[in-house]
Amino acid sequence: MQVPASFEFERAESVGHALELLERYGPEARLVAGGHSLIPMMKLRLAQPDALIDINGLAELSHLAVAGDTLVIGALVRHAALLADPDVGRYFPIFHEAERVIADPVVRNRGTVGGSLCQADPSEDLSAAFAAVRADAVIAGPGGSRTVSIRDFHVGPYETVVEPGEILTELRVPIRPGAGSAYVKVERRVGDWPVAAAGAYLRLGPGGVIAEAGLGLTAVGAEHFTAPEAEAYLIGKEPGEAVLREAGRIAAESCEPQADQRGPVDYKRHLAGELTFRALSRAAARADGSQS
Amino acid sequence: MSTPMGFGRMHRKEDARFIRGRGGYVDDVQLPGMLYGAVLRSPHAHAWIRSVDTAAAEAHPKVRAVITGATLAGLNLDWMPTLSADTQAVLATDKVRFQGQEVAFVVAEDRYSARDALELIDVDYEPLDPVIDARTALDEGAPVIRDDQEGRTDNRIFDWEAGDRAAADAVFARAEVTVSQDMLYPRVHPAPLETCGAVADFDKVTGKLTVWCPTQAPHAHRTLYAMVAGLPEHKIRVISPDIGGGFGGKVGIYPGYVCAIVGSIVTGRPVKWMEDRSENLMSTAFARDYHMRGEVAATRDGRIQAIRVKVLADHGAFNGTAQPSKFPAGFFHVFTGSYDIQAAHCEVTGVYTNKAPGGVAYACSFRITEAVYLVERMIDVLAAELGADPAELRMKNLLRPEQFPYTTPTGWEYDSGDYQKTLQLAMDMAGYDALRREQAEKRARGEPMGIGISFFTEAVGAGPRKHMDILGLGMADGAELRVHPTGKAVLRVSCQTQGQGHETTFAQIVAAELGISPDDVEVVHGDTDQTPFGLGTYGSRSTPVSGAATAMVARKVRERARQVASAMLEASPQDLEWSVGESGGAWTVAGTGASRTIQEIALAAHSNLELPDGVEGHLDATCVYNPPNLTYPFGAYICVVDVDPGTGQVKVRRFVAVDDCGNRINPMIVEGQVHGGLADGVGMALMQLMAFDEEGNHLGASFMDYLLPTALECPSWELGETVTPSPHHPIGAKGVGESATVGSPAAVVNAVIDALAPYGVRHADMPLTPAAVWRAIQGDPIRTDLAIT
Repeated sequence: MQVPASFEFERAESVGHALELLERYGPEARLVAGGHSLIPMMKLRLAQPDALIDINGLAELSHLAVAGDTLVIGALVRHAALLADPDVGRYFPIFHEAERVIADPVVRNRGTVGGSLCQADPSEDLSAAFAAVRADAVIAGPGGSRTVSIRDFHVGPYETVVEPGEILTELRVPIRPGAGSAYVKVERRVGDWPVAAAGAYLRLGPGGVIAEAGLGLTAVGAEHFTAPEAEAYLIGKEPGEAVLREAGRIAAESCEPQADQRGPVDYKRHLAGELTFRALSRAAARADGSQS
Repeated sequence: MSTPMGFGRMHRKEDARFIRGRGGYVDDVQLPGMLYGAVLRSPHAHAWIRSVDTAAAEAHPKVRAVITGATLAGLNLDWMPTLSADTQAVLATDKVRFQGQEVAFVVAEDRYSARDALELIDVDYEPLDPVIDARTALDEGAPVIRDDQEGRTDNRIFDWEAGDRAAADAVFARAEVTVSQDMLYPRVHPAPLETCGAVADFDKVTGKLTVWCPTQAPHAHRTLYAMVAGLPEHKIRVISPDIGGGFGGKVGIYPGYVCAIVGSIVTGRPVKWMEDRSENLMSTAFARDYHMRGEVAATRDGRIQAIRVKVLADHGAFNGTAQPSKFPAGFFHVFTGSYDIQAAHCEVTGVYTNKAPGGVAYACSFRITEAVYLVERMIDVLAAELGADPAELRMKNLLRPEQFPYTTPTGWEYDSGDYQKTLQLAMDMAGYDALRREQAEKRARGEPMGIGISFFTEAVGAGPRKHMDILGLGMADGAELRVHPTGKAVLRVSCQTQGQGHETTFAQIVAAELGISPDDVEVVHGDTDQTPFGLGTYGSRSTPVSGAATAMVARKVRERARQVASAMLEASPQDLEWSVGESGGAWTVAGTGASRTIQEIALAAHSNLELPDGVEGHLDATCVYNPPNLTYPFGAYICVVDVDPGTGQVKVRRFVAVDDCGNRINPMIVEGQVHGGLADGVGMALMQLMAFDEEGNHLGASFMDYLLPTALECPSWELGETVTPSPHHPIGAKGVGESATVGSPAAVVNAVIDALAPYGVRHADMPLTPAAVWRAIQGDPIRTDLAIT
């Protein structure tokens, strides 16, 4: 049995209280929500925080709703809730497809959207999905709230712009008509982290040409989990197979995958292209209404 | 499901407690004053230990003892014998020889403090170059791992051969067709859900040592403790409670067990030690790790004439395999498989590497897993060379029923078999011809689909004591049966269930022999104070050996009942006939209705009934069963896969498994064991692996990295059976526990390679992860046992 080192434990009653506790315990305190990354790391003693601040009781972070033309996702929304929400599925199939392949139902019942993004694992599925749809992240701190583009949120492996005294509170995703999205992942086994995965978001304009393109890539060393050159290439083009293949090729070239037991570099780069192509193809079919 | 009077489907008796969460495992043992142990392990694969400073740990307020190699050296316990007559460090004194090796043991008031104190121990290591790639272990100048052994200058453990080299070479020299293939059966781990651990309680007043431990072989453990620690054997009690999976990984004695015992002796209090998941994966017995080259000689029309194999066996840092003494490569020389092959030869070289010891674990039937994989892959390589259908090629070369009993070119005597019938049934169930047609259509569309066949013969139930022993202990099993006055029975056996359902199956054997309900038979096992001696449960030996002992002891009881019945009925014993009717077993005077049931006889046997001279009364009996031969279950497996060539992902679409394990005592339990083994096979073929980087870091030391298959990777198994009873086993049964693990990996791999045939792929090593499959398609296969770079 793996046992963690000793730590203090506090249960936050509100976001304000959580911020107070963060200030009191300092930079060696950690927020715990689902705990699916932090607790195993503590048991392996890879993480030894002085204090855990439990935010699981904060109902104010568990909201999930469409507000005008924005999908608002509280940081404490569980994976299972995102997966079960029909509005999310209607507007953003990419989230449902990503959630279906994140871990297993037990983890999804407890793990949170905000926790996944803040953990900033370089193989995180949701980081790619939110990058593809160009979400904004809202971060609360002692001086009030600030909003950061998700593409500026991650600054490196296991690093985000959330400062030690701050809390990610919600994600805001713009809803636009005429868009389609998809997520495709290769894993060694169900529930595993991705060998590689790609998300795509396409909005078609007049004449069926691509008006907006969003790509998300994970586990392949894509900077900020996206591929801007491939996105730029797609604008103004009809989403035919050759175009989407070329976008995949450009995306693959922009990645810097690392070899590990999930696969060698050439394979992961190949997957980046292949999965980008597959995600784009499905997103395009959804955008033009030929696939649900 | 009603309870049959003997063989048949019935719910498992043990499930009543398991499904209520009321099983009792080692970690459930709580004793007054119990302390907790934790093991400090080496971060290096190979390093000198310059010093071990335990002062800070000893100063921890909740620490009660810190034990090091030096402490154990003072007790002459720093090294212990392995099951292969090698030695293994209990706690390292001179060098560490694999990452995760045991260096020190802390005993504290609670688990947390014990773990905290590990961080207070300061070990000064001087790293050495490790030997990680077994293929370099015998290179000139390779670091010598076992320099503790006097005079040792290399890493060779043994060279061993079987078969007739000259005869095989002669066939190869004039063969029309020969094929050769290198293949690796990678290092895998049984990964039982319950890790290893022990609770040791040494009573200084009585001198009695009680050890609770999830061992598959409690009696062997007791004897070894007696031999190693010098404790008198009658003062040692080993209790193996419910076990959360063993698969061979719980046969041996691990350093942590010895440390817990020493910890209890030193502190005078009970000590519990449970390893965590990473410790289990890093340090306890692995399986396989065979680098093999197979060669087959055949005629152009597909008659296999000879087979040769060279094996480089990676045994890790200590030779700790658990197998009969005469066979350093286990039963690998059964590699001629199920085929009529005139000549065969194998040579096996065992080497030390800087990896954990072990070798025989994970339901391998003493290396038959490796042998079956080798021969079944080679058949497909030959089929590809000849352009032959793999099913037809097998059908042509399988042994025929009239050849049994059959002696193989390497000396095995297969007791019984009807192989073609079994393969044909599997092909019929799968719809083999239709599958081949579908495959052709898909190939034309560029969609890879594969059909893989594996036909295996197992050799289980070790074994005849004149041939088979472990550290000198013969492999016969005892059984003891008591029948109470009211006709209820208690069976005591030496083997130990780890999920196989012995409490049900063995009760059914007694029930069938005595004509009583299995509900009226209690099976006692796993406690050396309560059970007769025997070597335990592994190698699918429980039913072949202890099951036979059970049937024989029940027959003894029945014969004793005959004597008592004859007194009751005032008839000659020879005139009595045994029958099992609806009301159960009874002795009846031939040709009359005069009859006494076994329950009536049991009561009379304990009563004041006057018995003839020489008849003792009571019905209890004991028996020791020394098997005359192994039993040879077999089966035909067919796997169907689809491969996504763009990603390398493999989907196992169907799996047909036809097993012939002789008479089935409880078909439901047999099928459950087959299901588990098939899932194992899918796991090993597609995802499970312990690889090591060049420093010797273990790259699969958690369930995030060491992947076990889930229901989503497994198709709905399609099972079939044929029944060819063992001619020498009292109830015609054969072992089945490992059949599916032995037989299934080759079927999955053969299916994947079959799917990749259009890309010119003839072989790729397990595990066939998406990356491995994609690289095989590119013609650039990866070495799966090393770090991917």
